Amino acid sequence: MNTLEQVRRIWKPLVFLICLVPALLVATDAFGLTGRLGANPVEEIQDRFGIWALRFIMVTLAVTPLRRLTGWNWLARFRRMLGLFTFFYVLMHFLTWLILDQGVLLSAILEDLTERPFITIGFAALVLLTALAATSTDGMRRRLGRRWQTLHNTTYLIGMLGVWHYWWQVKKDFTEPLIYAVILTVLLGARVGWQWQRRRLRLRRRRI
Amino acid sequence: MCNISRLTLVLVNQPVVRRPCVLIRKPSDIRPSEITSQQNYVNRRDFMRAGAVIGGSLIGASALGAIIPDARRAKLGDVGRSAFSTDEAPNSYEDITTYNNYYEFGTGKADPFENAQDFEPRPWSITVEGEAERTGTFDFDAFIKPFDLEERIYRMRCVEAWSMVIPWVGISLAEVVKHFQPTSKAKYLAFETLNDASRMPGIRRRSLDWPYREGLTIKEATNPLAILAVGLYGEVLPNQNGAPIRLVVPWKYGFKGIKGIVGMRFTERRPETSWNMAQAREYGFYANVNPEVDHPRWSQARERRIGSGLFSSKQPTLMFNGYGDEVAHLYKGLDLRRNF
Repeated sequence: MNTLEQVRRIWKPLVFLICLVPALLVATDAFGLTGRLGANPVEEIQDRFGIWALRFIMVTLAVTPLRRLTGWNWLARFRRMLGLFTFFYVLMHFLTWLILDQGVLLSAILEDLTERPFITIGFAALVLLTALAATSTDGMRRRLGRRWQTLHNTTYLIGMLGVWHYWWQVKKDFTEPLIYAVILTVLLGARVGWQWQRRRLRLRRRRI
Repeated sequence: MCNISRLTLVLVNQPVVRRPCVLIRKPSDIRPSEITSQQNYVNRRDFMRAGAVIGGSLIGASALGAIIPDARRAKLGDVGRSAFSTDEAPNSYEDITTYNNYYEFGTGKADPFENAQDFEPRPWSITVEGEAERTGTFDFDAFIKPFDLEERIYRMRCVEAWSMVIPWVGISLAEVVKHFQPTSKAKYLAFETLNDASRMPGIRRRSLDWPYREGLTIKEATNPLAILAVGLYGEVLPNQNGAPIRLVVPWKYGFKGIKGIVGMRFTERRPETSWNMAQAREYGFYANVNPEVDHPRWSQARERRIGSGLFSSKQPTLMFNGYGDEVAHLYKGLDLRRNF
């Protein structure tokens, strides 16, 4: 088997299963099989999905820089799957809030969405992410052409909204949101740096 | 003494030939609880107490006062009941002792449970100062002795929109205030938590401006609902819940219930309070439970009752956490929207 075949047949299914583990643990913890959800299970479930959503968006954004640094081009094969898992965890986070926390009480939901800025921000990130998930297929990619890349660059914006949403929600100890903010800055910074370098190279070539 | 003699005995019996002796334990390995079981410890206390009751019967049982054993989960004796207790079902001991906000032991909800296990709430002293006739530093046992223990099953509403029902054991704060005889200048009562980074790992992080500070108006402090809690579920107060002594003011958000109290000061001017110092826009001095005044970042109209299960909906929050009959008069004429 060549490497691409290996990625498709072995590594992709394996990574898929690994990505499911945090969600499976929520389910098994709910039944007390692997651990516990504690005194406030609704909050715990919501927090876990939320934190995993942030982790997945960071991992997804790390794929391209890592590929450039290492030259492992096969990494790109996992980008879509990781992006879709980000969407999955954000969606679960949202549904936990909608169903378990708010009990689908429309008045309370609308009030939260319009009057609590951190919830508005989180919801905006979900809407954007839904658009990205919907256009993630090969067909959509072909149909959208160059606009596809522009649209999917909003991943960074979604990352920023996600960290902001987390930051604003924390009561006092900003250590954790700060960690995500730093990771995001580094990932975005690397991109900006590379772009800048490329432009300079192009200019130099023109001069020669 | 016992430990040393046990160790010496083992050493004397040592054969000259060296061999691995796995049975030898250093004195530090032998926990006091192995020598004196908690049961015997408590029995000893009971025995002494019984003796004291017999001896003191001539001057009346009340002269005995409150005694708080220095042993984890030890049962408290002579706990009276109170008409202020709710008949709602209390939360489980586990819920009450594993889901806490006590930033001195970490900012996570499970951190106090995990990080306060080794905390020793003795020896402990409380300093009373300011505008009062009786001031000074008192050992905890002496501080608590003049008062009667009472069980108070109270609702507790956290500012984070969750609530519990907690069976506290405590002493009336009004009685405590009376005991120290505040002067006419005393308009407020300020409290302070222990600030010891070596015993409280959360203090190393600057999550709040330590020490934790709280305060009440004198009228609030002398309201019969206010207590200083020293127990939970008829037992000694667990570390993570604020051992050995903490404030409980059930009509206010939970953060007013300052834990691990080492200082009380009667003041003329309103004291600084920790959460208000940290974010004045979000946390006021009064912090009365009020479903109509939202926290800037979340609604206070409803609350999640801890222990109600995964699929139960939130319940409406009551004005003054349902204690309006007892406390509403304290705030007559006060704009509660501004004085949140």
